[in-house]
Amino acid sequence: MQHLDGNALAGALAEFFSFDVTTAIARCNGCGAVDEFARAIVFTSPAGTVVRCNSCDHVLATLVESGDRAWLGFSGVSAIEVRRG
Amino acid sequence: MIGRPSVPRSGWHPATVVANTPETTTAARLELDVEGWPGNAAGQHLDVRLTAPDGYTATRSYSIASAGPATGDTTRVVLAVDRVPDGEVSPFLVDVARAGDRFEVHGPLGAFFVWQPAAAAVSGGAEVTGGADVAGGPTGGADVAARPVAEATRPVQLIAGGSGVVPFVAMAQAHADADDATPFRLLYSVRTPADVFFAPEFERLVAASAPFRLDLVYTREAPAGWPTAPARITREALAEAVLPASETPLVYVCGSTGFVERVASWLIELGHDARAIRTERFGGT
Repeated sequence: MQHLDGNALAGALAEFFSFDVTTAIARCNGCGAVDEFARAIVFTSPAGTVVRCNSCDHVLATLVESGDRAWLGFSGVSAIEVRRG
Repeated sequence: MIGRPSVPRSGWHPATVVANTPETTTAARLELDVEGWPGNAAGQHLDVRLTAPDGYTATRSYSIASAGPATGDTTRVVLAVDRVPDGEVSPFLVDVARAGDRFEVHGPLGAFFVWQPAAAAVSGGAEVTGGADVAGGPTGGADVAARPVAEATRPVQLIAGGSGVVPFVAMAQAHADADDATPFRLLYSVRTPADVFFAPEFERLVAASAPFRLDLVYTREAPAGWPTAPARITREALAEAVLPASETPLVYVCGSTGFVERVASWLIELGHDARAIRTERFGGT
């Protein structure tokens, strides 16, 4: 399956967060790598979006949207650093 | 960690097509008038949402070819869209959309893949994290000045495959508009001379006083008298055409997933710091 990078999440996640998630820095539960979401590997399909660590391939986050509901999972992220303006 | 410029807050906006003109044999340049557009930094993208009469929607991301005042005094946004065969949104934008048509856009999006002139950099001491934030105030507005000083003086290498050049015309234009002294180079891989996006703009940018160099690589057909035979870019050709790692450039790579990954892995092999390489993949073939 063709993959993208975390930049592709900007629009989808701007619907839910008041900051640009793609520039937020996340720590991977799988390998401990600390990196910007924009550098993650993103797989999209009609069923949903899977975000994987670019160091170890661990699933960082999932996004499933259906009509007026959305399910966001950050199961593979132990912390997110957000810069306050 | 390298800081990020602050950019206007994103939102959904009604967009009206002002003009749709052929850009290449497979792509169109769309000039949009976007109501309430807060301005955007060079390199940002937006999402286009088309809605069918039955309520079905399709959303796709497109890089923005324009950059410009975040003061909200312009609502003009330029896109260049390549037709994806069997695509849902791009054939509409390229072949069907005409002046007066309306759809929705969501943006500006993404503060990672942007470049801003040194004049917009903030002084923040030696620490590269100094003074960088990721989102503008709640109303967007004039606050686009936040490129950290440590990043502001680094030379910039842009590498594009095909329509991946779209965000780079915005960056190169912002560089020229600011008469920025940072060395700028673009390595641009295209199939044929007819596939070059923004050819007149790049010609002007090369002639402008801000230092900008364009290196073209033709993969299928080169112009008459071109010194090299058409071929896909190789690691050796890349090494010759890009700023060396010793000059610690910021490197931006945009194109299809295969192109971006090939180029990024060569850059690492050539000694470039992975942290200084920013990529934007758009799928493709």
